[in-house]
Amino acid sequence: MRGITKRFPGVCALDSVDFQVRAGEVHALMGENGAGKSTLVKVLTGVHRPDAGALLLAGGRFEPSSPADAQRHGVHAVYQELNLIPTLSVAENLYLGRLPKRWYGADWRAARRRARQRLAEFNLSIDVSEPLGSFPAAIQQMVAVIRAVDANARLLVLDEPTSSLDRRETEILFANVARLKQEGLGIVYITHFLAEVYEVADRITVLRNGRRVGTFLTDELPRIELVAHMLGRSTEEATQLETQRPMKTSADGAGKCVLAAQQLGRRRAIAPFDIRIQEGEVVGFAGLLGAGRTEAARLLFGADRADEGQLAIGGRRVRRHDPRRAVRAGIAFSPEDRKASGIVPDMSIRSNIALVAQRFLSRFGIVSRALQDRVAEEFVERLGIRTPDLDRPVRHLSGGNQQKVILARWLASRPVLVILDEPTRGIDVGAKAEVEALIGELADRGVAVVFISSELEEVLRRANRILVFRDRRIVGELAGRDTDMLALMNAIANPDTQAG
Amino acid sequence: MTIPRRHRPLLVSIGLFAVLYAVAAVRYADEGFLTLRVLLNLVTDNSFLGVLAVGMTFVILSGGIDLSVGAVMSLASVLIGVLVMEQKWPPLLAMSAALALGTGLGAGMGCIIHFVLIPPFIVTLAGMFLARGLGFLIHLESIGINHPQQAELASLGISFGRHGFLPITGIVFLVVVAVGAYVAVFTSFGRCVYALGGNEEAAALMGLPVRRTRIGVYALSGFCASLGGALLTLYLSSGSHIEGIGMELDAIAAVVVGGTLLTGGVGSVFGTLIGVLMIGTILNVITTYEGVLSSGLTRVAIGLLLLLFVLVQRLLSRGAARTE
Amino acid sequence: MSQERYLTFVRPMLQRSTFAPLLALILLVLINLIFTPNFARLEIRDGHVYGAIIDILQNGTPVILLATGMTLVIATGGIDLSVGSLMALAGAVAALALTRYDQGAAVAIIAGLMIATAAGAWNGLLVTRVGLQPVVATLILLVAGRGIAQSLTLDQKIRFEYPAFEFLGNGSLLGLPFPLFVAGGVFALVLLAERRTVLGMYVEAVGGNLRAARLCGLRVDAVRFAAYVVSGFCAGLAGLIATADIKEADVANCGLYLELDAILAVVIGGTMLTGGRARLVGSLLGALVMQTLTVMLQMRGVVTEHTLILKALVALAVCALQSPRIPELLRRWSTQEVRS
Repeated sequence: MRGITKRFPGVCALDSVDFQVRAGEVHALMGENGAGKSTLVKVLTGVHRPDAGALLLAGGRFEPSSPADAQRHGVHAVYQELNLIPTLSVAENLYLGRLPKRWYGADWRAARRRARQRLAEFNLSIDVSEPLGSFPAAIQQMVAVIRAVDANARLLVLDEPTSSLDRRETEILFANVARLKQEGLGIVYITHFLAEVYEVADRITVLRNGRRVGTFLTDELPRIELVAHMLGRSTEEATQLETQRPMKTSADGAGKCVLAAQQLGRRRAIAPFDIRIQEGEVVGFAGLLGAGRTEAARLLFGADRADEGQLAIGGRRVRRHDPRRAVRAGIAFSPEDRKASGIVPDMSIRSNIALVAQRFLSRFGIVSRALQDRVAEEFVERLGIRTPDLDRPVRHLSGGNQQKVILARWLASRPVLVILDEPTRGIDVGAKAEVEALIGELADRGVAVVFISSELEEVLRRANRILVFRDRRIVGELAGRDTDMLALMNAIANPDTQAG
Repeated sequence: MTIPRRHRPLLVSIGLFAVLYAVAAVRYADEGFLTLRVLLNLVTDNSFLGVLAVGMTFVILSGGIDLSVGAVMSLASVLIGVLVMEQKWPPLLAMSAALALGTGLGAGMGCIIHFVLIPPFIVTLAGMFLARGLGFLIHLESIGINHPQQAELASLGISFGRHGFLPITGIVFLVVVAVGAYVAVFTSFGRCVYALGGNEEAAALMGLPVRRTRIGVYALSGFCASLGGALLTLYLSSGSHIEGIGMELDAIAAVVVGGTLLTGGVGSVFGTLIGVLMIGTILNVITTYEGVLSSGLTRVAIGLLLLLFVLVQRLLSRGAARTE
Repeated sequence: MSQERYLTFVRPMLQRSTFAPLLALILLVLINLIFTPNFARLEIRDGHVYGAIIDILQNGTPVILLATGMTLVIATGGIDLSVGSLMALAGAVAALALTRYDQGAAVAIIAGLMIATAAGAWNGLLVTRVGLQPVVATLILLVAGRGIAQSLTLDQKIRFEYPAFEFLGNGSLLGLPFPLFVAGGVFALVLLAERRTVLGMYVEAVGGNLRAARLCGLRVDAVRFAAYVVSGFCAGLAGLIATADIKEADVANCGLYLELDAILAVVIGGTMLTGGRARLVGSLLGALVMQTLTVMLQMRGVVTEHTLILKALVALAVCALQSPRIPELLRRWSTQEVRS
């Protein structure tokens, strides 16, 4: 791929990106959310057409018009959400569209026999006439891979293949990836897990903000450098940053405990962890995407149910935690996916802001419009939400203003603990600064804040202490004077560095 | 040998039908329930419902729903009546015209569903009104059909001597079931229907012809509905506005009771045959053998059966989700 | 029409306000004033007002009631197909209470409303607790509801003479038909609840973004459940009015296919089928548009059965205008024109 550029209304998702995969190599594609990985894959597989640049396949020009067309040319993608049909049998999923035929139509016996043989070659022995959906994710994934390979794939894209696999399943997948590599396939491997990259990839390309940061040989790229590239900070720069902006000293530790968790955990999401959050402190969650930050935050809020562990809010033990109880206890949660679970897009700004606070604003369920207006106006002004009027549906606002509406919604409910999951993602610089300032303001007023961000600088600047996440567990805590960008990146990158 | 999971809903259906039929056979042994004649009548009396239900099976398998089938059936029967009696067309030609109209209406609805992205139940609900209105436009009343060729057609059938007689309507029903089952299992169109209902996005990514399949499914349902109308003219010797009312719900019930999941992707045409026979048996028992004249009780029974199967499906799918 | 103009003018108008149904209603009334003789004539005989406009309002009351409940259900992202059958059920129960059990009008009305409300609660339970899709959940009562009514009445039409109960259907107050006041009262009550209490906000939040509503600590299941209960209640009331109007419970025809009229009225009124927006006033206007169309065609001598065709076409056209695909298709066509 040469000089690929793709623009969407408002953003340039890819800016002249070069990307090359050789036959028989595993090429990892890395980058944080919004870096352009998925757009690149979509261009490659014919979902999007590039606005500029050219794709070359085995020397020839390659202009896929659709995923089906890309597949005809041997370019296949296996997505995180499986692109197979769970209700159909394994055999059929392997051969749908090219089932063996006899004079009367599909030859099921032959299809099943072939499927069994093919799966056996990959060390899978399962009943191929059972529906695909009844098998574990790992097997479904392998079926998707084998389907691609059997359709003469020359280039295979694996998009986060291990995100729902356990360790043993991951190893089986890696063994099979190695096998495919030997057969001469080119493999693009997308993942957030650093350890995996070093296990399977030959080369690594890092994308950031739609640009290619660089392509490196895996063996020659230290982990810390990789993290630095992904986060957009060179290691030297990181050290300088630290000296410029010393971190806030930690809270005196005598504050009241707002929320405490013991061995709280959820299978396949986050390993059991302990946490104590005091009033007036800002706790940063740092780590790469998919490291377990969001999962931990959701457990604290009750958005997901914990499999194990205990939770106490304001010193009182909570048995069945759910968002309703959390809200009542004064916990606020601004979710990571603003559009999907934050804003109510068609509702007015006023209603979006009053959605949680109406419990205080209404008497016997009767809403005072004047009171709503006053609260909405107050927060529109305080947070600098730019809008001509309060009746405007939130969908028409910019990302930054939408984020502020969500913040306003929670601030209006007078919380004691605010959990902010990536509140600064996808919003402009000015809005970022305002959100950050707000966090400081909250802490000053005694509100506890959990602050999750992929931008380490922000976390360093605002947090009193930082919990570091890697591979779905908390791997360390940084606090006090000795914390700087370098230490933080080390903690995120290396399994062997003990942070203190 | 363990039972494949995908056949479990079907097995529930077959089991329930067997129990139902056995209970009826024991209870009405004196009236000769357990004879070939009763079974043949069961097939014949429910032939148009059955034909409709086969078309509906494909629609539901593809993840959609077609509420227009009853109205299209009425429309087809009235059209045949008018063409034969007022335009003096030969019955077979009139039937072909009705089949073409029904197929066209179905394809039209399929196009709207696919291209304009309006939910199927709205489009086919509007289609129901349209077909009913068109039927009244062609002829305001039901119309009797009196034509020698029509009578000759209607008298065709297979005789089993003193054990009974299977007229052409029953034969057509069984043939439609056989052809439907073949299409569903052995042709690429059939497999596409299953894929579409299982996961539309994946079907498109696999390079399957989603558009052709979606439109084809509704066209097929329209064809089956108008074929049901043609059978109706043979069975009743008239084109009727009344028979089709509520038939769409019976057809949906038959499909669901036959083990096809309303969410699409899982089910079989053979199951629909069982579902039709099961509903037919219940109607038969309530009206003929118990002598209850109210058609209300039959509707309640169908509603309960529908509820039972929807709940069973829900439990099965929950169970499947849990094992993952 | 260029896509740009469509996006900047037409679509916002269609989506954002009650402008479209109001415009349609005004146009229809204008057409009628000019072309339909005697349309605007109002007569006062024996202290009652008569005329085409009164007919429209009176005949429209069942659909107005159904559309009121349906608006809430659709706004929460659901659909209620059972309302027509529930009308028949409520009417049958009330008629039986009057005739077979010799009860007074009050008991009959309460019994009819209770059975319909309970049926609505059943729908709500199937959707929220069992987790069925709304179409499927309400389909069951669409099939069985009328069946229950039929088995209760043994398929007979039940005639009754009971002035106190008939008043609900054909009485008059201040010279105007009494059903208008009933429908108007229920509509005003629901509108007030939607505008002035937290309920309106809850309904729109649940339908607009279920996940966000849950994360805001709202009782999403309770809200959805309540919508079906209200819809059942409205259907019951509509059934009682329809039954009282003709002085008999006609279970085979009462409310038949009226669920489509109600859904149509709601969609014409600007409530999106995908949920998240309740346009009660729009639904009221939509119901009036449908009724005006029907009465207009009747007055012009069109057979009632043929109006079905028009309803179907109006339904498809309105849904098509709401569809997100239309601008896309327009764009594709315009680019093809450029290319060719």
